[in-house]
Order: sequence, then structure tokens, then C-alpha cells
Amino acid sequence: MDALLFMIFAAIAVVCGVNLILQTHPISSALSLIGVMGALAALYLLLGGEFIAAAQLVVYAGAIMVLFVFVIMLLNAGTEHKTPMGKGTWAKYAGVPLLVAFLGLVAYLVQSIVPATDNVVFGEFRKGTALEIGRALFTTYLLPFELTSVLILIAILGAIVLARKEID
Amino acid sequence: MPPLPIPAAAPLSWYLTLSAVLFALGVAGFLYRRNIITVFMSIELMLNAVNLSFITFSYKLKQVDGHIFSFFVMVVAAAEAAVGLAIILTVFKNRQTLEIDELNSLKN
Repeated sequence: MDALLFMIFAAIAVVCGVNLILQTHPISSALSLIGVMGALAALYLLLGGEFIAAAQLVVYAGAIMVLFVFVIMLLNAGTEHKTPMGKGTWAKYAGVPLLVAFLGLVAYLVQSIVPATDNVVFGEFRKGTALEIGRALFTTYLLPFELTSVLILIAILGAIVLARKEID
Repeated sequence: MPPLPIPAAAPLSWYLTLSAVLFALGVAGFLYRRNIITVFMSIELMLNAVNLSFITFSYKLKQVDGHIFSFFVMVVAAAEAAVGLAIILTVFKNRQTLEIDELNSLKN
């Protein structure tokens, strides 16, 4: 059952990921990316990460992607123009086979390094709750956690400074 | 037709392989696409793929640290998206284009 669920959500993630690359309109790519993120949230749940799965849906699929869709609508981004293939021709035809070969190599290496008996059983990992993560975040990782608040403050200020209307 | 030989539980290596596949798709999108917003979304796809690896290793090591790291990756991705999209807005305001091939002032 676990393997079947993994296959379903992995297939959704890969299909949406390929669709992200193939679509020429940015809004289609954005919707595909939301599909990838939803499938990944389900996979996190299978791995026992309930807090991260919820954060993935709320922060990534909810907040960040809404920001992307906002900008796409604001800039009225249309379909990509076809640029004449100059130096990119070689990359266009050799890229995909090379990518597949590289992935095959990576898959083979992973299969040979990770023991095949290491199975992911749903419910075996129980430390992914908000309680455990909050405890680790406010004890071991307190300093990085506080630093991220400064980082976010700087990012907000930077975004406002960059995107404000110039007043002459 | 005999039932397909599907194991009861997915091995750990499948998750890692899926993470590699998604990361490679992100790299391919980063290189192939010419719309600056789609390029940016490919970067988000790569970050997501790395997050899957973190969670998988967290499961394997029976520690919560991988979840914390992937939480920090999400925070950084949110900050990066805010600043990056502001830069895209500014670029569009100044150059009236989103094609990265036309943004070649620094070339040569």
C-alpha cells in the first residue's frame, strides 16, 4: 500500500515537473509547480513529516506560489517567444539523452549504496510532529531560528526598496 | 495477467531517486526556459527536491534535524521569492521584457 501511494504521488510529481519545463506560458508552469508541491507534501506525510507536510502546503503552495501568480498577472506575462536556435542547437538535442543517462547513473549509484532492505513504513517515524520540531527549534536551533527572523526582515525591506515606485 | 510485483513498502532509494529526478528537472528547466519567471520557478523546484532528500535522510537516521533543515530551506525560499520577484518587477519596469536572452547588457 505504501509503495502504491509512493508511486502515485511520485508519478504526479514527475509529470507535473516535466510539464513545468515543457509549458511555454508561465501560468501553466506555476500550476504545474503547485502540483509538484502538493505531491511532495503527500510524500512528506508518508515519511512521517506531518508538520513539514502542512508547512509545505501553507508556505510553498499557499504563500510563495500565490506571490508568483500575482507577479505573472501583474506583468501580464505571455507565452515565450521562439528565439532562433543558434549555439543552443547542440544542447537542445544532446541535453535530454545526457540528462536521462545521468539520472540512470544516479539511480544506479543510489540503489547500490542504500541497502534495498531499507523500507519506508508509514507510521514508523514519529518525531515529525509540531511538538518535536518546536522543541528542537527552540532549544538546539534557537540561534538559527532567531537569525531567520532577521533574514526575513531584511528580505521584506529589500523587496519594498526594490519594488517601490520611483518618486522624482 | 499476474499482479505486478509491487513491494509492500517503498525502499528508501526510491525517494532519493525521485529527489534526484526532480532536481535534474529543475536544472533542465533553469537551462532551457527563457522566461525569467519560469527560470525562477525551476529554482524553487530544485529547492523542493533537496527538501525531499532532507526528509528522507531524517527518516533513515530517526532524527528530527532533517525536518528543521527543510524548514529553514522553506524560510530562505520565501525570502528569496520575495526579493527575486521584486527584482523581476524592477527589471520589467526598466526593460519592458521578461526574456532572459534580451537582458544582455553585461554580455561581452
